[in-house]
Amino acid sequence: MPKIMGLTGDEAVAHAVKQCDVDVIAAYPITPQTIIVETLGDFIANGELDAEMVHVESEHSALSVVTAAALTGARVFTATCSQGLALMFEILYIASGVRAPVVMAIANRALSAPINIHADHSDSMAARDSGWIQLYAENVQEVYDLIFMAYKIAENKEVLLPTMVCLDGFTLTHTLERVELLDDDTALKYLPEKPTYPYPISLEEPATYGSLALQNYYFEFKVQQEFAMNRAKEVIPKAMEEFTKMSGREYYVYNAYATDDADVIVISLGSTSGTMRSVAKELRKKGVKVGTVALRVYRPFPAKELKEVLSGAKVIVAMDRTLSFGALGGPLFEDLRSLFYDEDRRPLIADVVYGLGGRDLTPSDAKAVFEYGLEIAKTGHIPELVKFVGVRE
Amino acid sequence: MSKLLGWKEIPIGTLILKPGSTEEIKTGDWRTFKPVIDHNKCTKCTLCYYYCPDGSIILKTEGGKVVKVDIDYYHCKGCGICAKICPVKAISMVEEVR
Repeated sequence: MPKIMGLTGDEAVAHAVKQCDVDVIAAYPITPQTIIVETLGDFIANGELDAEMVHVESEHSALSVVTAAALTGARVFTATCSQGLALMFEILYIASGVRAPVVMAIANRALSAPINIHADHSDSMAARDSGWIQLYAENVQEVYDLIFMAYKIAENKEVLLPTMVCLDGFTLTHTLERVELLDDDTALKYLPEKPTYPYPISLEEPATYGSLALQNYYFEFKVQQEFAMNRAKEVIPKAMEEFTKMSGREYYVYNAYATDDADVIVISLGSTSGTMRSVAKELRKKGVKVGTVALRVYRPFPAKELKEVLSGAKVIVAMDRTLSFGALGGPLFEDLRSLFYDEDRRPLIADVVYGLGGRDLTPSDAKAVFEYGLEIAKTGHIPELVKFVGVRE
Repeated sequence: MSKLLGWKEIPIGTLILKPGSTEEIKTGDWRTFKPVIDHNKCTKCTLCYYYCPDGSIILKTEGGKVVKVDIDYYHCKGCGICAKICPVKAISMVEEVR
């Protein structure tokens, strides 16, 4: 019988991080992430976790601390969101560039201005080209579970890339849910052995870390990172399969519902996926052929797997909880359009931008999204490339 | 510099597993002014050796005693600190025109 607790998303992250036997944590508070590092602070103070907690003066320093600590072979953790992630930007590229297997929780929150503390994906989506692996959780159980998978993937010696676990601010970070916990030994057995980094900083074997590479070598190091991302595409499904076997909870790069014969498939990231699936189930009861895909892995983009699950649909609706100002559409939408460009039979792909600054996507909004997709399926015409749902004119 | 290696051949993440590789890099060609020591004036006080930010002052010793002070022109960037710090003005900065 597994241990069951009522946990918020933030607490679930902290519990998982504790069970991963993390060595170094850097903490800088920002709503709605703060409870993660506060809870970890409690664990250390109570003697439940033996880790070094570094109280830094900014998020820029937080990521600098854990990046350097990872290069000593330590297992590391930090968390942030929104403005904090924006302040980390310089170090995001350094962490991936030096191949530090950092795991960081992102409590997704809108970027200022106007200042806002609620969920959207504008923070993590802005970091999608920074060389980090990005995982998105739908509920608190997934938040907890994805932390273990994040370490498994990041520290894989074929990968060695920093990894973000994204959880929607407040909707997941502050919502209490039932969570099944792993026992400590099982969790540790699942994780890679330490040192987490294969060339740990040592006095016996000195090396140069973070060196200069100009026209002669910079390009080679960047291509190495891209190939590590490609290897992650193979490593991630295996890590998820192994987690499934260990926990009995099924994981794959996506979670598909009723996609086999669906005319319209709606694909989304994060907590919205639960709402979409619940409304899809209601529509299915009435015989409406709709399905959903909750995408858990956004970077590396699981192209092969998504092509398989989506290619039967007449219409795909991409749900973007961010605006890519001046672009054709949101990032998920653009990736999906590119994915199908070379196919002989291409589904119609439409974009919905919703939920900015934490605006609720109600079940009736969700129903309207499916109806929008069904209308496109009927007419064969996409009326507007990007449709805003839930905004006043 | 030796043959340039491909991305499959180099260590990951900007690592240089053999330390001290900076020594191979010729920084001497950054110079526009070159320090020249007047050995008749030089008292071998070694102040320039301690002030040089690049370790480009070479001390020749015999029996633990400094007998000559020289400059490593392969690495010296020509910053001029040695000339400034020399108490007997034995080092002058000479423009290098190439």
